[in-house]
Amino acid sequence: MAANQPSIQFKSSIPFYRDERVIKAFAQVVSAVLIIGFVIWAILNFLDAAEARNMTLTFDFLEEAAGFPISNPPIEYEPDMTFGRAFLVGLVNTLLVSVTGIVAATILGTLVALARLSSNWLLSKIALAYIEFHRNIPLLVLLFIWYFSAFTQLPSVKESIIWPGIIINQRGFYLTWPRLTETGQPFAIASAIGILLAIILYSVLRRRREITGKDTYYGPISLAILIILPLIGWLLSDGTPFQLDVPFLKGFNYKGGLRLTPEFTAMFLGLAMYTAAFIAEVVRAGIQAVDRGQIEAARAVGLSTNQVLSLVIMPQALRIIIPPMISQYLNLTKNSSLALAIGFQEVFSVGKIAINQAGRAVPVFALVMLTYLSLSLFTSFVLNIYNRRIQFVSR
Amino acid sequence: MSRKLSTGVSILIILAFVFSMVPAAVAQEAGGGEIIDRVLERGKVVCGGRTDLAGFGMLDEAGNNMGFDIDLCRAVAAAVLGDPTAIEVVPLTAADRGPALQTAEVDLLSRNVTWTSSRDSQWGNFTTIMFYDGQGFMIREDSGITSTDEFDGATVCVTSGTTTEQNLADFFRQNGMEYEAVIFEETPAVYSAYEEGRCDITTSDKSQLASVRSGFAEPDAHIILDITISKEPLTPAVPHGDDTWFDTVKLVMWALINAEELGVTMDNVEEMKGSENINVLRLLGQEGDWGYTDLGLAPEALANAIAAVGNYGEVYDRYMGPEGLAFTLPRGPNNLWTNGGLIYAPPIK
Amino acid sequence: MTSQQATQEVLRPPQPPGLIKWIRDNLFNSWFNSLLTVIFLPIVFFAVVNIIIWAFTVADWRAVTQFPMLYAVGQYPRDEVWRVGIGLSAIVFLLGASWGNWGGLLQSISIAFGIAFAVFAILPVQHDQLDLNMRLYLGGNVILLLLGYLIGRMKAVKGGHIVIGWGIVPFLAVFLLTGRRGSELLPDVATTLWGGLLVTFLLSAGGILLSFPIGVALALGRRSTLPVVKAFSTIFIETIRGVPLITILFMFSIILALFLPAESRIDRLVRALMAVTFFSAAYSAENVRGGLQAVPLGQIEAAKAVGMNGLQTMVFIVLPQAIRAVLPAIVGQFIALFKDTTLVVIVGINDLLGIGRSIINSDPEFVQLQLEVYLFIAIVYWIFSYLMSLASRRLEAALGVSTKL
Repeated sequence: MAANQPSIQFKSSIPFYRDERVIKAFAQVVSAVLIIGFVIWAILNFLDAAEARNMTLTFDFLEEAAGFPISNPPIEYEPDMTFGRAFLVGLVNTLLVSVTGIVAATILGTLVALARLSSNWLLSKIALAYIEFHRNIPLLVLLFIWYFSAFTQLPSVKESIIWPGIIINQRGFYLTWPRLTETGQPFAIASAIGILLAIILYSVLRRRREITGKDTYYGPISLAILIILPLIGWLLSDGTPFQLDVPFLKGFNYKGGLRLTPEFTAMFLGLAMYTAAFIAEVVRAGIQAVDRGQIEAARAVGLSTNQVLSLVIMPQALRIIIPPMISQYLNLTKNSSLALAIGFQEVFSVGKIAINQAGRAVPVFALVMLTYLSLSLFTSFVLNIYNRRIQFVSR
Repeated sequence: MSRKLSTGVSILIILAFVFSMVPAAVAQEAGGGEIIDRVLERGKVVCGGRTDLAGFGMLDEAGNNMGFDIDLCRAVAAAVLGDPTAIEVVPLTAADRGPALQTAEVDLLSRNVTWTSSRDSQWGNFTTIMFYDGQGFMIREDSGITSTDEFDGATVCVTSGTTTEQNLADFFRQNGMEYEAVIFEETPAVYSAYEEGRCDITTSDKSQLASVRSGFAEPDAHIILDITISKEPLTPAVPHGDDTWFDTVKLVMWALINAEELGVTMDNVEEMKGSENINVLRLLGQEGDWGYTDLGLAPEALANAIAAVGNYGEVYDRYMGPEGLAFTLPRGPNNLWTNGGLIYAPPIK
Repeated sequence: MTSQQATQEVLRPPQPPGLIKWIRDNLFNSWFNSLLTVIFLPIVFFAVVNIIIWAFTVADWRAVTQFPMLYAVGQYPRDEVWRVGIGLSAIVFLLGASWGNWGGLLQSISIAFGIAFAVFAILPVQHDQLDLNMRLYLGGNVILLLLGYLIGRMKAVKGGHIVIGWGIVPFLAVFLLTGRRGSELLPDVATTLWGGLLVTFLLSAGGILLSFPIGVALALGRRSTLPVVKAFSTIFIETIRGVPLITILFMFSIILALFLPAESRIDRLVRALMAVTFFSAAYSAENVRGGLQAVPLGQIEAAKAVGMNGLQTMVFIVLPQAIRAVLPAIVGQFIALFKDTTLVVIVGINDLLGIGRSIINSDPEFVQLQLEVYLFIAIVYWIFSYLMSLASRRLEAALGVSTKL
């Protein structure tokens, strides 16, 4: 930039109002005064309004009893618990639907992208129709259609669809789910250690190999650990670490198993399918952007098809895919706020109810905004680290 | 690069941007002063209402606002301005009706609002209870439930963000029963989810339950239980800080009720001006001062209101009577005190 | 495609592929593809058949067909609807003129509009809101479109004239729609009465037009050397991009009033417009910033060398190149904005979706017709955003730049 700055040599001939430094300093002051003044003006107005209306501006209410119910809280919640707890329930719901949504959208989006690139005309057109359908209709309208045309039309409890491992009715999707038994704890701990250790060994040994060039057998060693440690855990837990939790009919409803409510499922599917359409386009663009010459060159040096895919195409495609993918993930997280329209209660929806309880609008709102902001910042921070690694490796 | 210049341009534009908000904020109708003066100057009464609640605030085919709440607004416009069409209805959501009243964005909040002590102290002045409602339960007949004692473990569909949700929570807690809530933002969502069988029970103000049931494919398959778990006095409210306006709106509401008591209707209002009954003559501004001089209104202001929308009973029947435009709901507590109901207003004299 | 096939194609003269060959090449060219075809063909077939059967026999479209004007303009007084009509006609006329002058992409859009008007004008159904006057108006628009086309083709009419026309339209529209208090001819119409597609278009068009300059300003502000300006722009952009639109709408509709002088009021529709505008501006700003970074330094140095001052360099050299580079991304952003305007229902504005909701609630019978209403709304959105994305693809091709998604 230094080369750019015209040096002022004829100071005396320039009137002070054209002197760059004077202008700059003046601009600094004026802009600072105006913007800061504007902010102060707004805050003063706000304090007046707060006083005039006896508004509470503290976060004390987080300790007060909420008084309202929440549909199917994922963690324990009763209306007589605090607002803080209610808010936490909303946050867990947001995270739940965002994380599952991101995973599902990525898988589905990649499949749709591959279908779109398929040489089968029919499949390619189905994928195209899928993409164009979802990309051109507002998510809110799609969610309404999903929930009210599909999910409320499911059979009643008495006429449940019963498939092996899953029972579907209006009250939800009941999955047969493995749950740890009382003796299952050693197994869980041993497995966790095993997985962690395997990952660490894999990366450490692999790096050693890259540095020294000697084969460190990183594949077999980590695989062995991955098998042996859980096996020990299995033996410690008397061979029955899990039992299957099978849903059963009790009274009017099914009990047991893993229950996904229609609201969650509709939100999760709606969000995942909507975002998948955008992800499909991202992935397609990434794959198509890899130069054909690269693939031919890789073949020419004798790489196998698998190696071409994993060592040549994927690293290059990922480099293009990751940045737009990050923004799709962020969109999905933010779009989860639309869940309030179909009865799934996440942060925004809980916040909105809390705002209705007179006088708390500002602190509640600040909390909601901060939550989304930190979620977004956190997600983009983590993914950007990954992105940087990928970009670096590929250079 | 030309940082200096991008700086210059950006200052200019950001300033424009910042200042564009200031005139937008200030150029709007300068508020303050008396509401009645603003209403007269504007030539319109601004009412906070709804466009999506059958019976109370809805749209007709041509897009006109109508409904019980809207007619109350028209009555005020007819009394103050002499023109029942001189209203502007601002559709408000449950969340912004409080702020709209606090900031006096609306002159009159006539939007199915329950009068509670905290709202009275925070939102504005509540005038006169115009509709006695209470929260009830609707269940499907084939569920086998006959009383609230059998509610334990039930799934309940409910709207979020209103007193309804809290009442529900209190009810189940007091009775020591468990329930699963399915909570929606929008009222139609609640009822269609209920009708499709997502829930065993739905709960809301009884007037709403009746209205919704009448639209179901099989209305007889659903029962509204007799129990009422809360008091929901629906009351028009005005902003704090203007006694004249508060009194004016209150008087118009009283007039509608008194008119029914005295047999004054939309059609016979002119004829009744020559009535023998002294109370009718006072109501219609033919004799004595019912307070119009102090409020700065025309002597026939109340007569105009009645001529515009009819008396209380006529307004009720228009939307909820046997031939009602929206649905049919027996008057019950909303009958005149003389007929065993709760509708009672101070005399106009 | 292997190189062998490519060679064959070159050697043989191209001949129109027969149907059977086409099917074999595109549906059964490997065992895996054959399997996929066999699986998906019946699924697609039954899905399509079932949807058609449902739409024409089961579905009850009353809640859609009874209220065309409500969906179009909401509660706008029926005596004053001619004002909306004039606004629409002005746009149609200008569209025709642009088609005549520039052709290309505008031709397809104009023809699509013309056909739509013509179809509605001669639609053989009895409907009390599609009376003779309405049919004449719709037919008149087709003629106006063609008239505009002929005028646009005239030598005397320059592109500049048409651009000026487009510049006037927004002001004309706002002036016509709001009217003046106490005026006989143009009585004021409160914005609370505006609704339906009219509001959807006003919010998205208004948001697009207003957000762009603010976005440019923010992008420049973020690159500024003034710490306060830079901090303000950065915080503004990152905050807005970090939260959902719904929270911004909520903030403007409920919280904003607290930060303004006690008795000031901002129209509700304007508040929603502000929210949509600022939201969109933050995204436009990041797009423009990308474009600014793409302008080579040499361009600026060259501009300086020929004696341009800073302002001239920015306006004539840097911004045009920056904006051209990111135009497709900005168009994509605007399509998203168009869809995002649906969220204004949540703050109580009766846009297309809001009107649909009010109609569902106007009669308890309609509560069961929700699916039909939502589907209709989905179709309307689909048509308009699909047209916009088609336009953006053509634009991309015309500019010779590619999107960086």
